Amino acid sequence: MEKFVQLTLSGVANGAIFALVALGFVLIYKSSDVINFAQGELLLIGAYLTYTTVEMIGLWWPLGVIVAVALAALVGVLIEQMVLRPLIGEPVISVIMVTIGLSSLLRAIIGAIWGVTPRTAPQFLPRDTIALFGASVSVDRLWAFALALTLFALLTLFFRYSREGIAMRAVADDQQAALSMGISVKKVWAVAWAIAAVTASVGGILLMSIFGGVSGQIARVGLLVFPVVILGGLDSIPGAIVGGLIIGLLQSFAGGYLPPELGMGEVAPFIILLFILLIRPYGLYGQRIIERV
Amino acid sequence: MQSGTFHTSYAGDMALRPYWVQRLRIALVLIAVLTFPWFADRYWLNLANTIAIAAIGAIGLNILVGYTGQISIGHGGFLAVGAYTAGLLAARLDAPMWVTIPVASGFTALVGAFFGLPSVRLKGLYLAIATLAAQEIIIWLLTHGKLLGIGESLTLPQAANNLFGFPLSALGNNDFAFYWVTVGFLILTVVFVSNLFRSRTGRAFVAIRDQDIAAQVIGVDLFRYKLLAFATSSFFAGLAGALTAHYRSIISWERFTIDTSILYLAMIIIGGLGSVSGSIYGAAFMTLLPALLSNLARAISGVVPDINTYLPYIQQGAFGLAIVLFLIFEPEGIVKMWRNVKDYFRLWPFSY
Repeated sequence: MEKFVQLTLSGVANGAIFALVALGFVLIYKSSDVINFAQGELLLIGAYLTYTTVEMIGLWWPLGVIVAVALAALVGVLIEQMVLRPLIGEPVISVIMVTIGLSSLLRAIIGAIWGVTPRTAPQFLPRDTIALFGASVSVDRLWAFALALTLFALLTLFFRYSREGIAMRAVADDQQAALSMGISVKKVWAVAWAIAAVTASVGGILLMSIFGGVSGQIARVGLLVFPVVILGGLDSIPGAIVGGLIIGLLQSFAGGYLPPELGMGEVAPFIILLFILLIRPYGLYGQRIIERV
Repeated sequence: MQSGTFHTSYAGDMALRPYWVQRLRIALVLIAVLTFPWFADRYWLNLANTIAIAAIGAIGLNILVGYTGQISIGHGGFLAVGAYTAGLLAARLDAPMWVTIPVASGFTALVGAFFGLPSVRLKGLYLAIATLAAQEIIIWLLTHGKLLGIGESLTLPQAANNLFGFPLSALGNNDFAFYWVTVGFLILTVVFVSNLFRSRTGRAFVAIRDQDIAAQVIGVDLFRYKLLAFATSSFFAGLAGALTAHYRSIISWERFTIDTSILYLAMIIIGGLGSVSGSIYGAAFMTLLPALLSNLARAISGVVPDINTYLPYIQQGAFGLAIVLFLIFEPEGIVKMWRNVKDYFRLWPFSY
């Protein structure tokens, strides 16, 4: 029972982070039909920028996080402007490949600036453990979960009430109609990339805090986005949340209950991914507009 | 000087290389290829072998992506299947190369067809994600493959490198001997694939790429031809993998990660989608780029002492930058640039 609670809680906490990362991914896909293979590198950028502002420059940590996230948003907008915009209307393989090329380029830049040796993360989330339902849980995971939830709530409000949020929903729904109503689709795309970079950065910062350090390992989480978004539905924001939690729990249970030498935690999401694609490719909440032959 | 298509016979129209300029070019290339190993040192022979093996794999991937329009991010996994099948046969059963290579290629074709099953229901980016899952699953099987007795790496016995009882080492050093094997297989692959797209099967592939629903309407069996495309493509991936295993004689899973899949995708995109020669250009470009960069770094290391610490990042960055720049400025790849050059001279002095 204790193990179950422990695995559940860590799965939920990880799942919340996956959901954050997936959220940015879904936003980009919804507003511009771009599959972003560089999502993992966006995580890494957020984590390293925070490391720089807090640990190297020595800013007060909330200020450092805000500066880092703002810089990451800027990077997102720059990527959209310089790389994705020239590829409007190109076939899907070109768009996939350009984000793959981008991820390689970003990883090289990150490596050249910060090196490959893992850096110890600044401590701002408390590290101690508390007892919960008879299991000991590290507090930073609870914090990660709470922060992810807060960010979701903020984004929901943003989509519901702000001008930009409504414009984004309109573009996601029907690009042509949105254009003819005077919405600047280009601006919406820039905002989508900025938000994606922000959610990814927050995910990266939380992972950095949980792992206790920054290294390329964080970018690997970018691959897990695919099972999450396919499970939830590529174009569904609630799907990203549910998918993230399910994959987080699945990974936690598969890693915790099956023999560890199998390493099932790493591969289970991908096996599930194949099954979902075969049975229900639009996922739990996605629109059923997937073209089949 | 040829300025248009003026065939007067069907044979002329059907020929793969109808003009004497083209035949002259092919002859020159062949002469260069056949004389190259006598002048080159081991460093260049090694590069040539790497390019030839990569070109076989890239042509295979191009059958799937460029000609049939099915995206695959699982090519690294298929290469691994070929390499490990050949490696296990050679290491465990002492099978010689001329047995392991066909068996490995055939087995990889089967595995590829299996992982191509989602393509029957999916296409575009959904298929890309499905093949991504295939890649991850294959690598997981290899890293946890205690059943097959695969450790961190697998070493092939030297005795396996023989063709019909004739040991390759009799030809001289490893790089020189393998040059004939890799280039021989590359030439066979080029001839086979160039002709494949003049056949019924190849045209069905192209029809699926251009408009799958229309293809189905005119009677192309999508299920069969999509799986066939996956199988053919994986066959060449298996061939490239098996050649890698015998050439390097030590294989480990790190050679076949998702980065390898991406490298091969980059080769065919930079070389030119849907083009056999483009696959070769792409393979050469992607192999020579890092080599060139490290040579450059060595040359200027006296002036910029830090250059060697930054070299891996420069190589990786150049790789990413090449993909991005090609996609933005020349999406049809090196093949299109080469065609522009040829067109310029063909139309000269009237450049319109």
